[in-house]
Order: sequence, then C-alpha cells, then structure tokens
Amino acid sequence: MADLHTTFQFVCFWAFALVAVGAALAVITLKNSVHAVLALVLTFFSTACIWLLLQAEFLGIALVVVYVGAVMVLFLFVVMMLDLKLEPLREGFIKYLPVGIVVAGIMLAEMLGIIGVRSMNVLPGPNPAGVSNTEWLGQALFTRFLLPFEIAAVILTVGLVAAVVLAARERTDKKTQNPSHQVRVRASERVRLVKMRAETDASTPTGGTPQ
Amino acid sequence: MMIPLAYYIVFGTVLFCIAIAGFFINRKNVIVLLMCIELMLLAVNTNFVAFSRFIGDPAGQVFVFFILTVAAAESAIGLAILVLLFRNRGTVNVAEIDSLKD
Repeated sequence: MADLHTTFQFVCFWAFALVAVGAALAVITLKNSVHAVLALVLTFFSTACIWLLLQAEFLGIALVVVYVGAVMVLFLFVVMMLDLKLEPLREGFIKYLPVGIVVAGIMLAEMLGIIGVRSMNVLPGPNPAGVSNTEWLGQALFTRFLLPFEIAAVILTVGLVAAVVLAARERTDKKTQNPSHQVRVRASERVRLVKMRAETDASTPTGGTPQ
Repeated sequence: MMIPLAYYIVFGTVLFCIAIAGFFINRKNVIVLLMCIELMLLAVNTNFVAFSRFIGDPAGQVFVFFILTVAAAESAIGLAILVLLFRNRGTVNVAEIDSLKD
C-alpha cells in the first residue's frame, strides 16, 4: 500500500515537472507573446502542483491565486494592449540560440555537479505535528516575521502608487471639471460690472397702449 | 512523502537554466525578458519551498511569501514602465532603447 502511494507520487511529480519544463521551453521559444504568456501560466500552474506535492498547500494556492490570477492576467492585458510588430523582435533568435544553449547547458551541468548525488538520499523529515501548513506558516509569519510582513504591505502600497503614477497620463482632449479651479475662482473673474449712465430720453413714448 | 530532495532541486535548476537561455535568445523583446525573470523567481521559490519542507523550518516558506509579494510589485511597476516606453517610443525592442548613449 505504501509502495503504491510512493509510486503515485513519483508519477505525479514527473508529470507536473515535464509539463512545467515543456511550458517553460515554450515561453522562451514561441513567436507570439500572447502564446508565451499562456505557456507561462501553464508553467506556474504545474509548479503550484509540485509545491502541493511538497505539502506547501498555502503557497501552492497563493501562487495560483496571485500569479495566475493577477500577475499573468496583467501580463496578458499589457501584451494584448500593445500593438507589437513581432518580426524585428525576433531577429537574432537563430544567431543567439547556440550561445544560449551552451551557457544554459554549462550552468545546468555546474549546478547539477554542486547538487551532487548525495542529496538523492535525503528524505523529508516528519511533518510538523498536528498543525496544517497554513497554521505552521502563519505562526511563523505573525511572530518572528511580523515586521517584514508589515514592510511587505508598504512595498505593495509603493508598487501600487508607482504603477498608477507611471501609467496615468494627462489627457489634453478631455473635457472635465477641475475642482481646484472651481474652488479658487473669484467673483471678479465671472461677472464684470459695467458703469453706465442712465438713459434720459423722455420723448420716446413709453407705456402707451397699442391702438 | 517519499520523493527525495534532489528531484525538486534539479527541477528548480532546470527551470532556472531555461530562463537563462531565454535571456540570451530573446534579447530584443522586453516582455519575454520580464517573463524570464518571473521564471527565474519561480525556480528559486521552488528551491526555498523544498528546503523549507525538508529541513522543517517555516522560514523558507515565509521567504517565498515575501518573494511573491516583491515580485508582484516588481512586475506591476515593470509593466507600467513597459506601457510608458511603448507609448513614448512606439517599440519594446531593446536595441532601439539607447537614447542615453547619444
């Protein structure tokens, strides 16, 4: 029974890992940026499943909600909004492909050498007794890491304000009210009082009833 | 849970190297470069989660939480800069964004 369980976990891991790696390759090779963003969504989703295999349930779901739900949709909005001409962006693709493969291959070999074969035998420690992953994480987050947690909130606020300030622009063709101008206006700018002499021509018949 | 640690680390390493290769072969397109950064952060986060789980220390997962926060803010600002760049220059080609050279 336990053996079947382990086999199932390996099957799941290989399936998710292969999908994630294939989608990551699609991200860097696809011609259309919209397709690349969609492939990145698939990568994030498969990686979230791998995090679930690691029993990091909170972060796995947070990755789906925050990244797939928010950041990738933002990417899609931007990519679809910009009218990109793809041909000049693709030049040099074939030229730099060997360099990229060689550098990435060397880095991969070096990192795998560092990881080594000894870690093949490292098995996970026991679960934290009796608490769920969310509770485990929350207890650390709101005790030891309370100050960084609040700084993260400040960072998010700064990011929000910065994005709005960068992307908002003053339109010249709009016709809207400007409240500050409205408040600051004085009566002398609106009404001009002109002094005139009263008309005194008495010969004109006035008030006569028509015949 | 019986999958050894090395599987997860190798998975993260492969993702990271794919992102590196993406930097080299897509060096003209800012959007794909931003996506490669996201891919690298994902690989690093996978390492953090794996080590946190295998050592049994929640600090690693709290760190991933903060990385996700900062990465979300970073991509929001990066995309705002990208929109601004496209509006002012009409291109996202890295090779044409060299006005500081003149």
